[in-house]
Amino acid sequence: MAPAAGAGVEGIGTAGPLRRGLLPRWTPLAVLAAAALITAGLFAVTELQGTAGFLIVGSVVFLAAQTVVSVRVEGRRRAVDRFVSSLVVLSFLLALAPLISVLSYTVLKGLTRFDGEFFSRSLRNIGARDAGGGAYHALIGTLEQVAITTAICVPFGLLVAIYIVEYGRGRLAATIRFFVDVMTGIPSIVAGLFVLSFWILGLGQGFSGFAASLALTVLMLPVIVRASEEMLKLVPDVLREASYALGVPRWKTILRIVLPTALPGIVTGIMLAIARVAGETAPVLLTAFGAASINTDPFNGPQSSLSLYVFQQAGEAQSTAVDRAWTAALTLIMVVMALNLIARLLTRRNRLQR
Amino acid sequence: MTAQQTYDEPAGPDGSGGALPQTRGRSSTRLGDRVFRGFSLGAGLALLAIIVAIAVFLIYRAVPALQANTSGFLSSTDWDPNNPEPSFGIVALAFGTVLAAALALLMAFPVAMGVALFISHFAPRRFATPLGYVVDLLAAVPSVVYGLWGIFFLNDRIKDTSAFLHDHLGFVPLFASEGIYGRSILLASVVLAIMILPIIASLSREVFLQVPAANQEAALALGATRWEMIRIAVLPFGRPGVIGATMLALGRALGETIAVALVLSPAFLVSIKILQPAQGNTIAANIALAFGEANPIGRGALIASGLVLFTITLVVNMIARAVIYRRKDFIGGTL
Repeated sequence: MAPAAGAGVEGIGTAGPLRRGLLPRWTPLAVLAAAALITAGLFAVTELQGTAGFLIVGSVVFLAAQTVVSVRVEGRRRAVDRFVSSLVVLSFLLALAPLISVLSYTVLKGLTRFDGEFFSRSLRNIGARDAGGGAYHALIGTLEQVAITTAICVPFGLLVAIYIVEYGRGRLAATIRFFVDVMTGIPSIVAGLFVLSFWILGLGQGFSGFAASLALTVLMLPVIVRASEEMLKLVPDVLREASYALGVPRWKTILRIVLPTALPGIVTGIMLAIARVAGETAPVLLTAFGAASINTDPFNGPQSSLSLYVFQQAGEAQSTAVDRAWTAALTLIMVVMALNLIARLLTRRNRLQR
Repeated sequence: MTAQQTYDEPAGPDGSGGALPQTRGRSSTRLGDRVFRGFSLGAGLALLAIIVAIAVFLIYRAVPALQANTSGFLSSTDWDPNNPEPSFGIVALAFGTVLAAALALLMAFPVAMGVALFISHFAPRRFATPLGYVVDLLAAVPSVVYGLWGIFFLNDRIKDTSAFLHDHLGFVPLFASEGIYGRSILLASVVLAIMILPIIASLSREVFLQVPAANQEAALALGATRWEMIRIAVLPFGRPGVIGATMLALGRALGETIAVALVLSPAFLVSIKILQPAQGNTIAANIALAFGEANPIGRGALIASGLVLFTITLVVNMIARAVIYRRKDFIGGTL
């Protein structure tokens, strides 16, 4: 940090006017309006066209104009500051663009088939070019697979987190902690391949919803461990000590004092983890394979899921299939966003803060 | 291991790391404690076992296919594993994977830095947290939805952009094309860039928010402008966290499957024509696309390619974690 400091602040200590002029507060707005006018003029006389093109050219004109004005009045340092500030705001707006586009486009396209039939019928005997058909079977699949995954991951993940925070000492705990983090980076397709080679090819089980749950477990487990670990660490030691002082054994302290205190935060983590695996496609494709009919038994036979349904319907050329894909995508987004929203609301009730 | 010393240390003054060494001897003698401790230790060991099992089973299933392979797995650009005389290699797939991920990183990184700085240092304080949530929502959208949006919405825009790039910058080898655009590596990497942007942005934002106020105020007191303060106080402090976040995002981009499988028109070629369809493929997308028609050897070949992907992402992730752990105390969150 130290060497950068000397080089960083040009202008300080160099000869030159100590005070420069300052542009008034409304300068950016005025420059913005001027830039818009100039760009509109450019688009009128040249062959440039398109909304995106207008915004890009307009931004460049704005940045250039502002820099020129600022350099003349305020000097180089303030001009650079204004330039970077504008870039930062622009990049934030740029990042919002795909989010707004994805959400609005999905709602727009998804409403076409957002009807009763979609949520009550399967794709049995419905070809890609047939109208109608629904995603009831996929909805069932997603619910069952995610429920089984959560049922495995929550106790398992909590135990690992308890080990790391409450019992873990030395090299073993550090190793487990490290590999939990590494595990969050395992690509979802690799989790699918693992269950494929272990459960389906290795143990000779068929494609099933349960196999998909096993693959999703690999993805959900580290997320739950990390979230619970963060929360358990936030529980004040005073609570533990008070409990020990009353003669409560350690395991009971963890179960009755530590866990309930950390619970709101842990539930938030679980909701976010559910939202993440509910949208996973690749592992489900390799392990549940997908089906067109309703299969309510997660332990036998191929099953579909909402995300897999989107993938398979989007691959068809017919617009009837693609419309179904959009509606399933809309459903999926609504589920995921609802889970995220509930999780955020729960965070507010959490009194343990970092 | 880098993480070692960090975790050995007892609870800090802020109460983190909750275990209490002084009660350990007594409580571990109780039966309930021993059982509970055993369970939690077992869960931790089971987690390690899962990671080992992933490597072991992938290798075990890949070996027969690799033995049946008639060309070099690490040197061939073919991908024809379902043939009676299977011939397949990882070169074209690995090249496409790295190319798409690198382009995605190139596009996402500057924007993500801007977003992180906007939320940590530029946005009005009252709106900073909600705006952070909004950016995090980008990460909540399932990848299959990005794929769907990519083919039916973004593709047309990318086609126009590609034509523009080719017409004006066609002399750059990257922008060479025979006049057809869309469903290209460029489209795939733009989608990937959107998907990894929130990862870099939210982790970097966390580090930027942890920069000590004293450093920032010192810079401002010396007369630095806001940008100069950020350059001399915030960015050097945040660098390890930013590098770690970028590596994590790289791992994610390398392993992303469904979005790429949907938007890309695949081909087994080593080509840098990023504007044109059918000029490349990625390991993960190929697994999803080829899995349905694969015979046993074909599945083995896909598993072998998955093993390569697993190894690459594992290395990238371990480097990322090692970098982050050096600044562990400053980084929270569950990413």
